[in-house]
Amino acid sequence: MNNTVAVTPEIVAEHGLSPDEYDRVLEIMGRAPNITELGIFSVMWSEHCSYKSSKKWLKTLPTKAPWVICGPGENAGVVDLGDGQAAIFKMESHNHPSFIEPYQGAATGVGGILRDVFTMGARPVANLNALRFGAADHPKTRHLVAGVVAGVGGYGNCVGVPTVGGEVQFHPSYNGNILVNAMTIGVADADKIFYSEASGVGNPVVYVGSKTGRDGIHGATMASAEFSEDSEEKRPTVQVGDPFTEKLLIEACLELMATDAIVAIQDMGAAGLTSSSFEMASKGGLGVEIDLDKVPVRETAMTAYEIMLSESQERMLMVLQPGKEDLAKAVFDKWELDFAVIGTLTDTGRMVLKMGGGVVADLPIDPLAQAAPEYDRPWVPGKKQPVLAAADVPEISWADALKALVGGPDGASRRWVWEQYDHMVMGDTVQRPGGDAAVIRLHGTKKGLAATSDVNPRYVAADAAEGGKQAVAEAWRNLTAVGATPLAITDNMNFGNPERPEIMGQFVEACQGMGEACIALDFPVVSGNVSLYNETNGQGILPTPTIGGVGLLPDVEASVGIGFTGAGDALVLLGGEGTWLGQSLYLYALHGRSEGAPPPVDLAVERRNGDFVRERIRAGAVKACHDLSDGGLLVAVAEMALASGIGARIAMDGPAPHAKLFGEDQGRYLVAVAAADADAFVAAAEAAGVPARKLGETGGDAVAVNGEAVALAELKAAHEGWFPAYMA
Amino acid sequence: MKAAVIVFPGSNCDRDAATAIAHVTGTAPKMVWHRDADLPDVDLIVVPGGFSYGDYLRSGAMAAHSPIMAAVKAKAETGVRVLGICNGFQVLTEAGMLPGVLMRNQKLKFICRDVLLKVETSNSDFTRGYNAGQVIRIPVAHHDGNYFAEADVLDRLEDEDRVAFRYCDAAGAVDAEANPNGSQRNIAGVLSEKRNVLGMMPHPERLADPLLGGTDGAPMFQALMKVLG
Repeated sequence: MNNTVAVTPEIVAEHGLSPDEYDRVLEIMGRAPNITELGIFSVMWSEHCSYKSSKKWLKTLPTKAPWVICGPGENAGVVDLGDGQAAIFKMESHNHPSFIEPYQGAATGVGGILRDVFTMGARPVANLNALRFGAADHPKTRHLVAGVVAGVGGYGNCVGVPTVGGEVQFHPSYNGNILVNAMTIGVADADKIFYSEASGVGNPVVYVGSKTGRDGIHGATMASAEFSEDSEEKRPTVQVGDPFTEKLLIEACLELMATDAIVAIQDMGAAGLTSSSFEMASKGGLGVEIDLDKVPVRETAMTAYEIMLSESQERMLMVLQPGKEDLAKAVFDKWELDFAVIGTLTDTGRMVLKMGGGVVADLPIDPLAQAAPEYDRPWVPGKKQPVLAAADVPEISWADALKALVGGPDGASRRWVWEQYDHMVMGDTVQRPGGDAAVIRLHGTKKGLAATSDVNPRYVAADAAEGGKQAVAEAWRNLTAVGATPLAITDNMNFGNPERPEIMGQFVEACQGMGEACIALDFPVVSGNVSLYNETNGQGILPTPTIGGVGLLPDVEASVGIGFTGAGDALVLLGGEGTWLGQSLYLYALHGRSEGAPPPVDLAVERRNGDFVRERIRAGAVKACHDLSDGGLLVAVAEMALASGIGARIAMDGPAPHAKLFGEDQGRYLVAVAAADADAFVAAAEAAGVPARKLGETGGDAVAVNGEAVALAELKAAHEGWFPAYMA
Repeated sequence: MKAAVIVFPGSNCDRDAATAIAHVTGTAPKMVWHRDADLPDVDLIVVPGGFSYGDYLRSGAMAAHSPIMAAVKAKAETGVRVLGICNGFQVLTEAGMLPGVLMRNQKLKFICRDVLLKVETSNSDFTRGYNAGQVIRIPVAHHDGNYFAEADVLDRLEDEDRVAFRYCDAAGAVDAEANPNGSQRNIAGVLSEKRNVLGMMPHPERLADPLLGGTDGAPMFQALMKVLG
């Protein structure tokens, strides 16, 4: 597409710009744009890049705390870890590409989020992935699971960053729109963090990494539209990943960052060279002039339009200190990566692109960036559902229920998935996948980082505010359950079409609930990503605000896992008895019903219970700990037993045993403590205001309730068997 | 013990190997860049895990022809101990320093998990810290760990006591059930004729620190230190 292509109303519409938006383009330009300029407007104003529907509500989320070094707005969020170190992290979706081409879609999702983190000066130390697929029995699901998992592994394994945790869920609402949310955590020196704000008129603008090809043109626009039957024709807009080049890019960038050569740096993600150069210049209040003939390309006769909109992977844009070009080039030569000075910063406030001796685009930066549409889309509150009484849920024998839950699509072991991910490379993985939160050691120290990703989309669908609140609380709880101090979250907001008021309502209410929890738990949002239009033929996904949480362990050796550590220990239930079956896994998986209000989260109780648990873990009083979530108490008992091969015996009494055993009341933990300490532990809990009950003890080779036992071997066969059998 | 770890651009277990060696022996190894044609004076060379040059071709095939590998080969011929772990094992077979080849895992998937290994021989500087027949737990993390060689080569390896490790179960039984990747005769690691080169798919450096869940990898580095000083 060269600049002689006429900009017709059809072309404008194909670029996803509404007539109103195009009028604004004309106003800003003072003339009709050429096709290259139109393409730039189109991607910069796409939902994906501009957050035009979501910005108003994202701004309401709490983003500050004394330990937050950098909140949303940069490539990733930064929190202080003490001792001169900082954690840099973010979660980002790659949903649409992964549905069209699962391996490359997922792989490049991992690659993109890694770049967001190391572009700020951090060495990536851990990856997580929250994956949501359609119904297990949908004909496409197995193909998508196989491709996505292989793609996540293929990229992360080669780059050499451990994939330590995540989630996998199945639900028919994702049949036509799977979710692939990738998270990376990196560690940097707190005084060596790199930002994207360009400065210094005349400074060189440098392109490094892979060459630019025609892949991924308009990925950002694709990610901002609904799917339809012909979406697979969009396969050429999916990029192809090269993890080896990414590995080189990480090493080369970190090596150069150890010098003082870099003024600003930005990865080329969605909308590639356009958004990276635009954002850098815009943040610095400057202009930029780029000679497109100098951009390393891997195909012949690429037009300005194609070069600017390509989403070829593994590329970065930097502004260097003047005179540091040779130093920087030597580093990139060592790592055998392309290096090209493609332009300079100017004081014109304009982006001027030259090619073949002429100007091919000339646009004002600030007006374009500032005038990016921002919508206050109409929204309606979701219909609240009445509380479902436990008595309205038929009882199933607890043993049958437990076997079905731990051996079903939602509760089965994810070992099949995470054994395809190298979760140990870098030699610091202290708690491997399968627990409440992954734990890694901060290399060369005694401290640790904990990380988790959480959301229960069925809760959010039933009550977006309560569900959003619960997702944040659950991430906080999972970090607490390994002994970590929760620091901050990254949010990956996956929703349907925001132009529908009920979907926009889900978004708004989820933000409200999340914000409330963030404040109450001192757990701010430091980065995030929004993925809208997750719909196919008008069917939206369950609202899915995935929360990635990061916590700090002052002494990583003090962390605990979910597995029992010996027989004869006492089991103590903290936080009260189960009562709530509305929206529970029990109701959904065993009765096929998604009914009732989700369990409410009392944030004061949440905090009180969690603070007690964390303090006891750090005091060395807890041998194993598991938060109670999907499937409630008995599923937690079974998971702790299965993780260790040591059984458990518990005692229950009173009515509604199914609600006690499988209810999903919030803010609860199950801990194993030394038998001799049990009474003191319960007393300490009660003194702290935390309801506590000695529930039973560890030991044996079965899970037993009131003397009736299910063999661990049987549970293990169900739990470990489902995924491999499903994928066979 | 003076040790060196080779660093290819796509190596990603180079730091892990260095950390484990430093943790067990108290001395950090030298890191040697792949383009170097010379090696420092060392007693042990580790060719680490990772993806050497991306491994888009056969794993280790390009690395085998790198400048540094000619130097590694020359050192090995003088008796210097060479330990190839995972991708390092693939490189050593591609370089002709060890027999056989590592093919794609039988089930075609990447596998990362702890496996049990039967120590087949304690007659090498790498395995002297174990007893023959002992079962140890070490992680694997590979896509191409399916060891293959012709039957006569395998027979010879066995006759010469050059199979260092085999995949086994907790009781030490070597059978198909315990074989994670389809390797011929469950072979997880082999020694060179002069017994100074060991290639193995499992990662001893990943379990040499109790915090990471086990220490069965540590005796390998301790034994090397004992011999090499």
